[in-house]
Amino acid sequence: MAKYLILKHYRGGPVPTVAFAPMDQWTPDEVTAHIQYMRDFATRLEGTGEFVDEQALSPQGTFVRYDGEGRPPVTDGPFAETKDLIAGWMVIDVESYERALELAAELSAAPGPGGTPIYEWLELRPFYGVSPAITE
Amino acid sequence: MDEALLRTLTPNVIGILVRRGADFASAEDAVQDALIEAVRTWPDAMPRDPKGWLVTVAWRKFLDAARADTARRQREERVEAEASPIPGEDPAVDDTLQLYFLCAHPSLTPASAVALTLRAVGGLTTRQIARAYLVPESTMAQRISRAKRTVSGVRFNQPGDVATILRVLYLVFNEGYDGDIDLAAEAIRLTRQLAVLVDEPEVAGLLALMLLHHARRASRIGPEGRLIPLAEQDRSLWDTSLIAEGVTILQAALTRDRLGEYQAQAAIAALHADAPSTAETDWPQIVEWYDELLLLTGSPVVRLNRAVAVGEADGPQAGLAALAEVDPGLPRHGAAAAYLHERAGTPSDLERAAALYAEASRAATSLPERDHLTREAARVRQRLRS
Repeated sequence: MAKYLILKHYRGGPVPTVAFAPMDQWTPDEVTAHIQYMRDFATRLEGTGEFVDEQALSPQGTFVRYDGEGRPPVTDGPFAETKDLIAGWMVIDVESYERALELAAELSAAPGPGGTPIYEWLELRPFYGVSPAITE
Repeated sequence: MDEALLRTLTPNVIGILVRRGADFASAEDAVQDALIEAVRTWPDAMPRDPKGWLVTVAWRKFLDAARADTARRQREERVEAEASPIPGEDPAVDDTLQLYFLCAHPSLTPASAVALTLRAVGGLTTRQIARAYLVPESTMAQRISRAKRTVSGVRFNQPGDVATILRVLYLVFNEGYDGDIDLAAEAIRLTRQLAVLVDEPEVAGLLALMLLHHARRASRIGPEGRLIPLAEQDRSLWDTSLIAEGVTILQAALTRDRLGEYQAQAAIAALHADAPSTAETDWPQIVEWYDELLLLTGSPVVRLNRAVAVGEADGPQAGLAALAEVDPGLPRHGAAAAYLHERAGTPSDLERAAALYAEASRAATSLPERDHLTREAARVRQRLRS
């Protein structure tokens, strides 16, 4: 088994396939259907034994760094519309890279306005695994 | 096995070990080990005297730990010599109250006080507490042992301020609605127990407040964890026996004429519990209680909630005027403004409401809240289109 991180972005990534309005401009039923799709997906993965973790992040992000001894931290942000912004992630533990692609694509098909898939770009990142004990 | 009984006995047994000469930190560790052993062995062989069993096993664990630590050799001998319990009156009541004070000691951070209270007074295992707060078990274990180190110099027989205990229990209750461990129910149990030990109107007030909110629990969360605001809650789901109990406790507390913030909050909850709908709620009286609460606390959050109540009592314009006095940086300020603008109802108010809901959803601090506010924005926009 191999673990993969499926990253969902608020912004950033490749050019959107379908330009769709922000969620607060959908109908309430469309919002509910979208949220429900995500939930059902996670529940199904728990059922297949492939679910590891899922977290969502608030868009209120700040960059921060050390600025030398005795000085307060330097911050940059929050950002309006320019920087890449991660919205959340799901960690899956699957048999193959192909399976990871299949699941990520399925998650990307979550419904949007009019109930059609939003074709959202998701970023798929493999975790580093363990070093095998037997190498020859 | 009766886990509830086990948990009730916890503070009592810690108290007995401390009276026998164990320091609080070691006594608490020993009782935790005994609890874990009880969970393992009681289902097969329930002891006839559960408390006696726990004391015996915890004391043995304490001695084992003390023996293992050669640096403690001398103290161990002293402790062995003093091992007979103090005869006479049952110290259980005082001991339990002392534990509440110690675990809510002002030198502890709120998170540490909560964790220590749940373990030493509540008898939850570290694993259960860790799961309830979604942190790794080792992290929670560290938090608890650091907390114990912090209070290690505090004398066990020092009474503290009951208000510090109430704050800790309030925190446990308020964050206790998610997760496998029912922290809200646990907070109620611990507050009930405290109300037996301390005869203070504010303790009763907090208990009433918890009961009145707990009564609405089934209607607060819809299918798929969806947040349902008070106005839309199915009031037939409210637990009338909890409401009756909460109101009775509150009334008895209020007659003692020593008002505090928990009694005032409970009074507001009781007025909601009394009403068949939002429209039939006694909003003017709720505003009066918010005024009392504001005098007691001066809290900006109270000011915000008061503005919403004013909007219900005297109309949305009055509510918006009251809201203008409140710091706009406050969480939920945007959502409150959106709500009042929607009630004002003109097309420009609705536009404003939708924008404010959308903005509030981006500033939300929980997923159910974010989803709820997004849906509210969507709903107002739909209303504008039709």
